Amino acid sequence: MIQPLTDAPRFSLTTGADGLIETQTLEVSIGPQHPSTHGVFRMDCVLDGEEVVALKPVMGYLHRNHEQLAEKMVWLGSMPYTDRLDYFNSMTNNWAYALAVETLAGIKVPERAEYIRVIMSELTRLLNHSCVIGFMLQDLGAWGTPLLYAFRERERILDLFEAVSGSRMMCNYMRFGGVRVDMTESDLAVAKDVVTRFPRFLDEFEKLLTGNEVLLGRTQRVGILPKELAINAGISGPMARASGVEYDVRKVDKYGVYGRFDFRVPVGEIGDVYDRYFIRVLEMRESIKILQQALRDIPQGPRVAPEAKLRNFKIPPGDGYGRIEAPKGELGFYLVSDEGGKLPYRYHVRPPSFVNLTTLEDMCLGHKVADVVIILGSIDIVLGEVDR
Amino acid sequence: MEAIEKIKEIAAQVVPGAKIEIINSTPAAQQPALLVDREHIYAVGKFLKEDPRFQMDFCSCVTGVDYLPKADKPGCIEVVYHLYSTTQKQGPIVLKVRAPRELEQCHVPSLTPLWRSCEFQEREAYDLYGVKFNGHPDLRRILMWDEFTDFPMRKDYTPPADYEWEPTPHDDTLDRAVQEGGIMPPTAREELERAKKK
Amino acid sequence: MAVDEGLKSELQKQGIFVLPFEQLYNWGRKSSIWPLQFGLACCAIEMIASAASRYDLARFGAEVFRATPRQADLMIVAGTVTKKMAPQVVRLYNQMPEPKYCIAMGACAISGGPFKDGYNVLKGIDRYIPVDVHIPGCPPRPEALIHAIMTLQRKIANQHLEKNQRPRWYDKNEASEYPIPSYGGHDLQPPANLEVWQPPRNYRDVTLDEVKKA
Repeated sequence: MIQPLTDAPRFSLTTGADGLIETQTLEVSIGPQHPSTHGVFRMDCVLDGEEVVALKPVMGYLHRNHEQLAEKMVWLGSMPYTDRLDYFNSMTNNWAYALAVETLAGIKVPERAEYIRVIMSELTRLLNHSCVIGFMLQDLGAWGTPLLYAFRERERILDLFEAVSGSRMMCNYMRFGGVRVDMTESDLAVAKDVVTRFPRFLDEFEKLLTGNEVLLGRTQRVGILPKELAINAGISGPMARASGVEYDVRKVDKYGVYGRFDFRVPVGEIGDVYDRYFIRVLEMRESIKILQQALRDIPQGPRVAPEAKLRNFKIPPGDGYGRIEAPKGELGFYLVSDEGGKLPYRYHVRPPSFVNLTTLEDMCLGHKVADVVIILGSIDIVLGEVDR
Repeated sequence: MEAIEKIKEIAAQVVPGAKIEIINSTPAAQQPALLVDREHIYAVGKFLKEDPRFQMDFCSCVTGVDYLPKADKPGCIEVVYHLYSTTQKQGPIVLKVRAPRELEQCHVPSLTPLWRSCEFQEREAYDLYGVKFNGHPDLRRILMWDEFTDFPMRKDYTPPADYEWEPTPHDDTLDRAVQEGGIMPPTAREELERAKKK
Repeated sequence: MAVDEGLKSELQKQGIFVLPFEQLYNWGRKSSIWPLQFGLACCAIEMIASAASRYDLARFGAEVFRATPRQADLMIVAGTVTKKMAPQVVRLYNQMPEPKYCIAMGACAISGGPFKDGYNVLKGIDRYIPVDVHIPGCPPRPEALIHAIMTLQRKIANQHLEKNQRPRWYDKNEASEYPIPSYGGHDLQPPANLEVWQPPRNYRDVTLDEVKKA
């Protein structure tokens, strides 16, 4: 017979000033190993029952000092490392770095290379948005089914990437002044095939998800981000556009040949989790439009600028900032070159996921713990980018 | 958007006493920067944000850069801000502010009260460079653990002695390994012993 | 005690299987390895891709990826282990019940990988915990991960239960929990667990004469 340790009463219910039971807040650390933190990310939550009272994100669990490594390697040597920043979409990371160096050094890219870059970037946007929706629904509790559908489409696009660049994920494809390997006719045919099949997959996805009662009930009016806070906090990408900020770097800077394509930019109204989900679906449809136009209009020509040289590549002293509209937001590179110019003096990545996390606490206050998971899923972070 | 000289003139008029310089970039980049002194960077930033000609409401990127002292220039830690405007779709305006490299004097005013996007990025600059931001709501380390004492991205940082030594450790890493007693492969230890005996 | 092969096949035709108890025990264990859902970085995406429908990992017994270490057999360390994360990795490994296995997936988990020259990167998870299978690659293809699971299955199949050949976990005196490093001022304290890992001998010190003699 097990005896109790003490005979004194174990607890007492004290009443507070308003007549209710006096309670304490609970501090919970969600992460870094947690099925839903999208990587090694930790949130220190202070909970009052189930409601979030305060939330502090803790990052740095994947800080791989990418910026310090880049100071020791030549300009081109950091290109494979940019793949590993946002490890989901490697093509857009490569393009952002190539664009920053080309802005700084004044290299002009031939037309065919620009079209190839647009095709690769929009395909990356397709696979990123579909997988983000898959991950978000897994956080909601749909145990893997939308994720497996999304990964099925991702595999088709990854096959194309492997045929073109040699690797499924870490493509290392862009070079300063163009791309590394030209796309053959068969590659373009595969890309056309992917683009023709994708709308049917999107229709199936939407039929199952967009009007779904569980999705609507759990994501509407959850995690609302007001427009002024979004601008002030530097939020970019689909998250900002869902809050009503009409800012797409493709339309503002018109980098590459984006000025020639006819596409719309969807902008949301409320800025809750449902808006962020739905805007990604709409952006996928716009990406398909861009892809169809690019695949139709791609000209013949060189794949890399003939005057750009890779050996002894030097940049005159100066600094510059180049940015693109990555699927997650505005990805920018700030590069400083000093005398000598063979190695970067300072190499800084402006990651969209890092800055998008600024308002995580504001969006989660007042919601339940389960909603914190969904809100984090809708921000769409990748820790390789947050921590670099 | 107006030329950089015009912006400098207007800013110098609006913020009296500000010492603003133009720093040019490469000829191809066309991204000149405004170097403002520490005392007036907040006022210049506020002016650029609220003036109806500029409306720079989006602070995109905050970077710290470490310049080592050279023969002609004293060293400094520079913080670079890139500003854009979402309403007028223009930009970037680049603001730079400098602080001395010594840790006690290495502080600049924080622009987080103006643009909330600076919050995490300034924390990162503090974590990696050691530059303190006065007026930041929550200045603590963000990427390294709290007990870490160095500022790793500075140019004179020596990494800890745990590189797997292909080739053998040398210079600062070897000194530190000897002092702290880091892990040494058996051959390196034997060599050190041989060198001591001589 | 070996069974005659002819007798074995005759009995099999009648539906009677004769095998050592150890083989049956290991077959059960190797065919139902449940991994811990522990992706750190880019290799985690390839791990998810190998668990997705194209390179289905469930047909090898890894039916569910458990979220909690208390219910998992296998920890696939997929991605770079940083020094900030290393204490949590060791803590999770300690929380797994025996028998437990560890696969180091990708170049970063084996030895630091492309980020080897880093102040925050742990140069290989085998500095603190014992690793059973290493998968090279950056990232390794899903087929490579499947090959690693098959290698682990072969390793499990060859584990014996007799007294002097027992694996670590079957012996009550062997440690199954490893000391957790703590955050120091410059580096983790201790930088490595010297009972589990020894720094490699620098092979360049071997002179050509010694090579010729051997």
